[in-house]
Amino acid sequence: MSSYIFTHLDELESESIFVLRETFAQFENPCLLFSGGKDSILVAHLAKKAFYPSKIPFTFLHIDTGHNFIETIDFRDKLVNELAVNLLVGSVQQSIDEGKVIEEKGQNASRNRAQSVTLLESIEKNKFDAAIGGARRDEEKARAKERFFSHRDDFGQWNPKNQRPELWNIFNGKKQLGEHFRIFPISNWTEMDVWNYILREKIELPSLYFSHEREVVIREDMILANSEFIKPLTNDVVKNEIVRFRTIGDLTITGAVRSTAITLQEIINEVSMARETERGNRADDQRSEASMEERKKEGYF
Amino acid sequence: MTRGNKIELLRFTTAGSVDDGKSTLIGRLLYDSKSIFEDQLKAIEKTSERRGLKSIDLSLLTDGLKDEREQGITIDVAYRYFSTPKRKFIIADSPGHIQYTRNMVTGASTANAALILVDARKGVVEQTKRHSYLASLLQIQHVIVCVNKMDLVEFNEDIYEEIIQSYRDFASKLDIKDFDFIPISALLGDNVVDKSKNMGWYNGPTLLYSLENIPVSNDFNKLDFRFPVQTVIRPKSADFHDFRGYAGRISSGIVRKNDEVVALPSGLTSKVIAIHGPNGLVDEAFAPMSVSIELEDDLDISRGNLISKVNNTPNISQELDAMICWMDSKPLNLTAKYFIRHTTHEAKCLIKEVVYVMDLNELKRVEGLNNLKMNEIGRVKIKTTQPIIYDSYRKNKTTGSFILVEEGSFNTVASGMII
Repeated sequence: MSSYIFTHLDELESESIFVLRETFAQFENPCLLFSGGKDSILVAHLAKKAFYPSKIPFTFLHIDTGHNFIETIDFRDKLVNELAVNLLVGSVQQSIDEGKVIEEKGQNASRNRAQSVTLLESIEKNKFDAAIGGARRDEEKARAKERFFSHRDDFGQWNPKNQRPELWNIFNGKKQLGEHFRIFPISNWTEMDVWNYILREKIELPSLYFSHEREVVIREDMILANSEFIKPLTNDVVKNEIVRFRTIGDLTITGAVRSTAITLQEIINEVSMARETERGNRADDQRSEASMEERKKEGYF
Repeated sequence: MTRGNKIELLRFTTAGSVDDGKSTLIGRLLYDSKSIFEDQLKAIEKTSERRGLKSIDLSLLTDGLKDEREQGITIDVAYRYFSTPKRKFIIADSPGHIQYTRNMVTGASTANAALILVDARKGVVEQTKRHSYLASLLQIQHVIVCVNKMDLVEFNEDIYEEIIQSYRDFASKLDIKDFDFIPISALLGDNVVDKSKNMGWYNGPTLLYSLENIPVSNDFNKLDFRFPVQTVIRPKSADFHDFRGYAGRISSGIVRKNDEVVALPSGLTSKVIAIHGPNGLVDEAFAPMSVSIELEDDLDISRGNLISKVNNTPNISQELDAMICWMDSKPLNLTAKYFIRHTTHEAKCLIKEVVYVMDLNELKRVEGLNNLKMNEIGRVKIKTTQPIIYDSYRKNKTTGSFILVEEGSFNTVASGMII
């Protein structure tokens, strides 16, 4: 290390570790929102580095919509076991059963919005004062304005018009009783950065990210994994395809792409040539131009 | 395109008046460097069409929140990303109008470079001066002045020369190390990514070329080792029973194994016996790495303390002189106590005196006001309840900067740079 050159991945890694350590130092009871997707896996990996040789000092919180890919759940359980961290699961099904949310009806119904209710409830019940998430500013327009430390009022709501200014790397996590913060340590990473770093660090991912054959439902421009949660429509085509997933959310909303990429390097080649942003095939963002912003104001992550 | 492992990061901020075409310029950079995806392009094509525009409005790419889309102006700092084979760029896009000085200061606080837009038809105006002053106050190392809308002045060289001369005259009074000028048309793309065919008289680089070649790593101060401690890692496990790692991000300088170091404010000294980097043990570490450091002696060091070399220490004082930018709608209260958050340390403080307020239009000091309101910048004297371990902001942006937090609301109400 004689030249003191720091690559962009080194700098992003260092910044994220700094943010994770600030979170530990400034809050009493932080949790790490773990979805089983690559971004939350990355955050877990960075947290392991930030506190080595201690264990990760955050409870992992998974908001389970009940519409998960089985591969995601298996992967989650394995990782939690390896890291020896505590896992809490907030169940959207339970929130629905208790009448706290009303399930969406209709052809493209999903439990995406319902998640926010369960998330806020889990935060309140467990007295978490900070929830660390793997959101990135490059994902979506409303996220481009998020802070690293994002203040939520006692209803869990985000007010984009009245955010605390965030300067240099001084993070203000002071809050009133009942309020909490959302923390986004990988704010400055792009999809390409995440993939390049996963390759560099040889981070293990769920098999869904790699090409495989499965039964899918083709609906207009979307390719959805076929499952009991998809209501068939008249124009749907059901068949087997070689696909992979660029993001991992619910079975009902995560679109697959046709792909033969079976290694990380092949995925990176594919991503760098991709013609659509990764959220482009998330049905939840396409409802209207402002849909992410609306959900975030309500407490979505 | 498997690149990605050897490229550097450049953070820059953009400033301009409301109609200087800043959003269009960023849109143009993203578009011409092929950083826009098809679905994003489709969305803005649709919107442009709906508004009855003949060509795509590239500014729609960066105007993020709903209210802005309605007003057609940017109202907060938005962060944008793009990369070329040479560099990854983070753009802090801050709005230009007068009431949002605080956003520009926020965007500028993390930037290595600033783009300042000047409308070729209007030349250097008050806002240009204000933005340049802020870039100098925040010690941005590199400023690129883009004379935009050259297409509206028939790509006239004399007009361009006049503008840069008047900018130079004014900027000689500022504290900016390095500035460049580029005549561009963000709307048509001249000299943004591709060289202009309309301005044969201009022999300089395009904007993207400049951004790709601004030196970044030279900006780090390698001489003065400063290490604010964030937290102490104590696993208390069987394998690491007595392990104590002081965790933090190196603000400046280099640390090596066996270095003699001092913990401040206690003044106790010890020796570095191990440095844990993100990928294991290293013999040396430098800014801006996040590491944890083990010392030979068991010293009482906690969050908010700072470790430096024995023969090169920062200042320690409970009296600070600083420039502050007031960022809250409630004006400064000289009788109230504020929290001062500086590196990883927090204390309380009183603003004893406002020495002067900057008139941001005339760039003159106004004395005798003894107050600061939202979006105003002034020089103050501060008294803190505990010693602050600092360097001047000019010397070190991390140990020289702070924020003030209001007691009741916990809002961040001011940002400060220690003189």
